[in-house]
Amino acid sequence: MKKALRFLSLTTLLFIQTLVFGQGGKIQGTLSDSTGKPLYGAKVILEGQNRGGQTDESGKYVIDLLEAGEFTLIFRATGYQEIKRTITVGPGQTVTADASLKSLEIELDEVVVIGYGTTRTSDLTGAATVINEKNFNQGSVSTPEQLIMGKTAGVRINTNDGAPGSGSTIRLRGGTSINASNDPLIVVDGVPLDNGGIAGAANPLSLINPNDIASFVILKDASATAIYGSRGANGVILITTKKGNGLNPEKLSVTLDSKHSLSTIAKYADVLSGEEFRALLTANGTQDQINLMGDANTDWQRQVFRQAYTTDNNVSLTGGIKFLPYRLSFGNRHENGLLKRDKFNRTSVSLNLTPTFLKNTLQFEVNQRYVQTNQTFANRGALGAAFFDPTQSVYSDTTLFNGYYEWIDTNTFLPENLAPKNPLGLLNQRVDTSNVWRYIGNAKVTYKLPFFPQIKAVINGGLDLSNGSGAYSESKNSAGGFYTQGSYGQYSQRKGNKLLEAYLNFNNGDKESKHLIDLTAGYSWQDWFTDRPTDTLPTLNEAQDSIIQAPGSIYPFYTDNALLSFYGRGIYTYDNRFVLNVSLRRDGSSRFSPETRWGMFPSVSGAWLLSNESFMKPITLINMLKLRAGYGVTGQQDGIGDYSYISNYYIGSTTAQYAFGGQFYSVMRPDGFDANLKWETTSSYNFGLDIGLMKDRFTASIDVYRKETRDLLATVPVPAGTNFTNQILTNVGNMRNEGIEISTSFGILAKKDMRLDVMANATYNRNTVLKLSQIVDSNSVGIQVGGIAGGLSNTIQVHQIGNPTFSYFVYEQQYDANGNAIESGSFIDPSNPGLGTYTDTDAFVDRNGDGVINIDDRYIFEKAAPDWFLGLSLNFQYKKWSLGMSMRSELGGYIYNNLHSNNGTLQGVNGTQGFLNNISSLYYEEEFQYTNDRQLLSDHYLERADFLRMDYVSLAYRFGKLKFTKEKIGANVAFVVSNVFVLTKYSGQDPEISGGIDNNFYPRPRVFSLNLTFDF
Amino acid sequence: MKKVSQFLLLALGVVVLFSTNSCKKQLNKTPKYGLNSEVVYSDPDNYINVLAKLYSGLSMTGLQGPAGKGDIAGIDEGFSAYVRVLFNLQELPTDEVVCGWNDPGIPELNKMTWSPETSFIKGMYYRIYYQITLCNEFIRESSDAKMTERGFDAGTQERIRMYRHEARFLRALSYYHAMDLFGNVPFVTEEDKVGAFQPERISRSDLFAYLETELKDIEGQLMAPGNIEYGHASSAAAKFLLAKMYLNAEVYTGTNRYADCANYCQEIINSNAFQLDDDYTDLFRADNNTSPEIIFPVVYDGLYAQTWGGTTFMVCASIGGSMVAADYGVNGKWGGLRTTAPFVDKFPDSMLDYRWQFYRTGQSKEITNLGSFTQGYALPKYQNKTSTGSSASNNGTSAFVDIDFPMFRLADVFLMYAEASFRNGDAGTALNYVNTLRERAYGGSTHNLGSISLTDILDERARELHWECTRRTDLIRFGLFTGGDYIWPFKGGTAAGGSVSNHLNLYPLPTADLNLNPNLVQNPGY
Repeated sequence: MKKALRFLSLTTLLFIQTLVFGQGGKIQGTLSDSTGKPLYGAKVILEGQNRGGQTDESGKYVIDLLEAGEFTLIFRATGYQEIKRTITVGPGQTVTADASLKSLEIELDEVVVIGYGTTRTSDLTGAATVINEKNFNQGSVSTPEQLIMGKTAGVRINTNDGAPGSGSTIRLRGGTSINASNDPLIVVDGVPLDNGGIAGAANPLSLINPNDIASFVILKDASATAIYGSRGANGVILITTKKGNGLNPEKLSVTLDSKHSLSTIAKYADVLSGEEFRALLTANGTQDQINLMGDANTDWQRQVFRQAYTTDNNVSLTGGIKFLPYRLSFGNRHENGLLKRDKFNRTSVSLNLTPTFLKNTLQFEVNQRYVQTNQTFANRGALGAAFFDPTQSVYSDTTLFNGYYEWIDTNTFLPENLAPKNPLGLLNQRVDTSNVWRYIGNAKVTYKLPFFPQIKAVINGGLDLSNGSGAYSESKNSAGGFYTQGSYGQYSQRKGNKLLEAYLNFNNGDKESKHLIDLTAGYSWQDWFTDRPTDTLPTLNEAQDSIIQAPGSIYPFYTDNALLSFYGRGIYTYDNRFVLNVSLRRDGSSRFSPETRWGMFPSVSGAWLLSNESFMKPITLINMLKLRAGYGVTGQQDGIGDYSYISNYYIGSTTAQYAFGGQFYSVMRPDGFDANLKWETTSSYNFGLDIGLMKDRFTASIDVYRKETRDLLATVPVPAGTNFTNQILTNVGNMRNEGIEISTSFGILAKKDMRLDVMANATYNRNTVLKLSQIVDSNSVGIQVGGIAGGLSNTIQVHQIGNPTFSYFVYEQQYDANGNAIESGSFIDPSNPGLGTYTDTDAFVDRNGDGVINIDDRYIFEKAAPDWFLGLSLNFQYKKWSLGMSMRSELGGYIYNNLHSNNGTLQGVNGTQGFLNNISSLYYEEEFQYTNDRQLLSDHYLERADFLRMDYVSLAYRFGKLKFTKEKIGANVAFVVSNVFVLTKYSGQDPEISGGIDNNFYPRPRVFSLNLTFDF
Repeated sequence: MKKVSQFLLLALGVVVLFSTNSCKKQLNKTPKYGLNSEVVYSDPDNYINVLAKLYSGLSMTGLQGPAGKGDIAGIDEGFSAYVRVLFNLQELPTDEVVCGWNDPGIPELNKMTWSPETSFIKGMYYRIYYQITLCNEFIRESSDAKMTERGFDAGTQERIRMYRHEARFLRALSYYHAMDLFGNVPFVTEEDKVGAFQPERISRSDLFAYLETELKDIEGQLMAPGNIEYGHASSAAAKFLLAKMYLNAEVYTGTNRYADCANYCQEIINSNAFQLDDDYTDLFRADNNTSPEIIFPVVYDGLYAQTWGGTTFMVCASIGGSMVAADYGVNGKWGGLRTTAPFVDKFPDSMLDYRWQFYRTGQSKEITNLGSFTQGYALPKYQNKTSTGSSASNNGTSAFVDIDFPMFRLADVFLMYAEASFRNGDAGTALNYVNTLRERAYGGSTHNLGSISLTDILDERARELHWECTRRTDLIRFGLFTGGDYIWPFKGGTAAGGSVSNHLNLYPLPTADLNLNPNLVQNPGY
């Protein structure tokens, strides 16, 4: 298929080339700014002919002419003054027309996409950051958000793990919520995406091909996001995809992009080797444990992980048919995971059409994207491979359990039900595949009213549909499937949201006037649904001829909700010096009762462009200086169930019935509800300063913000006897986030063939819980969260008033004279057991002095989130070479090493239930014998999570235009290493753990990629 | 400026156009498959399904068996099962059971070092009030007035009215547990609508009085045993509960009511609706639904009523060590529950007593380490095989059992009757009923007692009713639960056992509820 496409595009190209080539002359040249820096993406238009050319990275352009003659060229680049020049070209002649464009008086006069419209950068009053393609992260990038990791202040993006297509946690200025969502709203070409999960896809964003993305705009403060009302509290990310440029309709340009990557495991979990394990048990083990040992030395991690090969190929065709500019792209990514059998295959097609009619008064923008992924999920149980007994061999010499070694009951020869299963057996005896497609499309019509050209009407209709389905089966011969004769299950889910919005925009557009007015008013309606028909299907055995688990529900799952909104915004600019921006949105959501469903979200913000004041003109060093201030109110309603304000009854599954007289009856249960549920509201202040020095060779932005969330949704206990549940999601709390963001960029070198650009950003964010219950209670521990492995229902974190969310809530470990952690119940002197044993009060600090160690002695020690996160990127260009790299660092966060706490004691070896487990090498640190709940909750297992990670380094060489036969082909080769290194003192595998609890983590690969790009 | 106002006028027009009511109506969404309460109660056929949920509140933990969409949050779903938490609170702090697991709350119960934060105490408390709130809703929705309003015919009303009485019984049962375990508790009835409010506190003795009135009222209205399908609560169940309350009345109210206890026991016995099962062990097997002895069961099924609580817990948790799971009709050994030496010693005639069912291979009698399953004799009293030894519905391939939990059974009536009679000065009746049970246990009268004391009755209760969730209540009634008169391993925390404070006779109210409801007062000592 791919080959066919290449052939097709090549032949199409040749066809068009022959039409064009050699009939007229040619105009070529280089565009640069006044400093001599080449202008990339500048446009050269043949006036009156609706065609032209565009400059490449070195500022060069070429226009093939249909016929000789006199032409007026328009040189146009955003942020620069337009120039016109007339030249004459004789038949077959090539004329060079270079130009140097002066930047506009306000240099940053770039147009930025904001919610429901665009604005000039200079008119921005809120905290908004634009990240264009040229600043994207390089290397093997599988999902869009990875393009901008570490690139901007205030945005923290962490991939959740190293699985193919895995999701990321994105936080803009910290989370504003506890139980509801902290994810920002993501809007693609004007369509707000459904951010919820899609069955069969690890990450809903993996259904967007990163190669189709032109830019991100990140709206961080409320004055920028208030136009998104009840969904703006966690920030908004606007994604604009690549479009046909509309300049040279007849010329088809083709870009081929091919990436080949090899993923390798960066670090294995540090557990005992077979020899170490054998030595430990021989010395300290019970007879039962010794009897269970085998005589092999197996490194189970090396059995389940592998080096994995990934390819990513993209073709894009950009051009136009008369008035119809288009971009068509195809992409295919085939990624293999580090864990054997993990596979992610994505195919995407995207078509963008941007035709205009009626002398540009009627503009269409049609974006159609279809992505399909086929994924094979390796059995995640194999991630526990590190802890499988290393003295056992991989295969037994029998045919039992498909030949894999498994723990069996020596009396019955049946598999031990509670024993871990052979990790390689887990991988190879389970098939788990999914097939997901997602369609995101929209059509936007902009019409400039014939009698009021300053008014345009915009109608945008969008559709985001996805369908995920999958099936899994487990072999009936496997140990895990033994009792049920294997298993087979399937699922499918349909999701979608429809969008219809219409707005009017007025812009007096009079650049000569001192008063610039831009007004927008609109309406938006969006409707979401989720449908899971397979909830009624049972789990079957492998042969699919008997039911092993009845369906969870007798009805399919179906849920829907709608949002109806009205909004308005006014931007007033006076004399290019003062900007005032006011917006108001009114949202109505079906998730709330008619009494609470409507909310108002206002914002007001202003900017003062000091650099345009006459008193600043003499200071030539400073070319731009702007002060910004804003206040706004936004909401948050994701994470709230669709009908949770109504008392609804649901029917129980067939396996949860009750029998009267031997006849079974389904049960009907009312769910708890809160009739007064409403959205969280966040009011936030933002103060900012933008500065540009030396004609923007140095730029910096500093923002200070404070966000206060009220009516925080939290799951809290209700008074016993008052509801059909004991805990309910309701509006109870307040929370504050405050922080500072600094972004800088510095063009250290800016010579004609040598450039060095450095961008650095730093963010400090701290959040504090201010209130957590309707009745203020200072004694309350708070809301305990952060479940850990070990024991049952143990939690390590807490949301407590006066502290950050996800603070650790732990016992304070005591240490003996040698600095070793004391274990309760261990001998005070191992060589002299008569001396007695340590008690809980020896092991932990009795903080309240009541003589017993209990929950009252737990205290808050640090939290999971970092205080600081930093990003640094660097781009160096020398002639045709370019070197880029990006680094990220997080400081001040803590991590709970759950692998250490739960797998670091001798008791972790087990042996009493008929099987053995390997343990962490960290056992040697304190040689604890037993695991107990207090020990699990000791601050001993908290470690600093500070790290510095180099996300990638890339070295690229641009061959420029190479002449092969008749066509000229641009070629670019890059070698990229991703996840180059991590500097950390953390003792586990990886300090970057979302949520701060490290347990059975899918390692992030180190990836070596070769990227080839051709364009012609 | 003119242009601006033109624009504003236009924009206003658009807003007006779209803000019509038909637009706003799109915001009224209801679940496609869920049923709101109006829909549920308008169809008389649904009442049995809601009633089934009230009963299954005792057995299941949520909408999906064995787990999923749980009723109670904040505690592992399987741990939150009514009978399982009741077992933990009534048995773990006594001489009858130790549990080897280290899950939060279990060692605290074994060692009697619990606090208002102990998860099982919270689990029981919220499970009780969950049950009460559901019953209140059903009672409210099945009132005569509502049924008439919905136009139900007389026959339908008659049927649903009976369900309402059963709901009142179930509510009384949970309130009884609240009174027994927690003492002074929040009080909500069908008069209190669901929503944000703070329920009043009711004292233990007031709750006793309320339950007495309530049970006496429904006792005459519930169906007589024999006229009702197995699983439903009959008038005998209400009488049993009254008898149980009267037997312990002195603990609850300060005034003894042994005569009333004896009266109700007599009524149950004289109804002849129940007979002792011929074989004691049949009462705890997969087909015990056929037993003539059970007055009120909690029903389970290996296929259609699956849970990690209830009798599944009792079977799986009590096997471990060298025991083979398949022998007990399940697929796994959870290795948790054993018993203590003082309890084993209550069987001086060892295996001659049919109720002696210890498993000793590889098990030591004494316990020094709670966490080691092989310390303490195992006690596989509940087994998922039928009385003839054949497989239950799960064929031994899952953990889910068919055994119904005999919450009320005739032997307990005999023992309550014996004790109340003895305490009223009628030792003859007491001896007679105790010996009836011993005759079954020994297969004849060879081991009948010649005379009887109160201690004999308590010990007989242990032998007969061990692991049936009565031990804590019995020890409290005899003044032996706390204090130092009777010591067993790990009482108070040490392996040898020791005296504990009297405040432990009541469990504490969970801190969370005290914080939310200022009407409540924590029990003394916590």
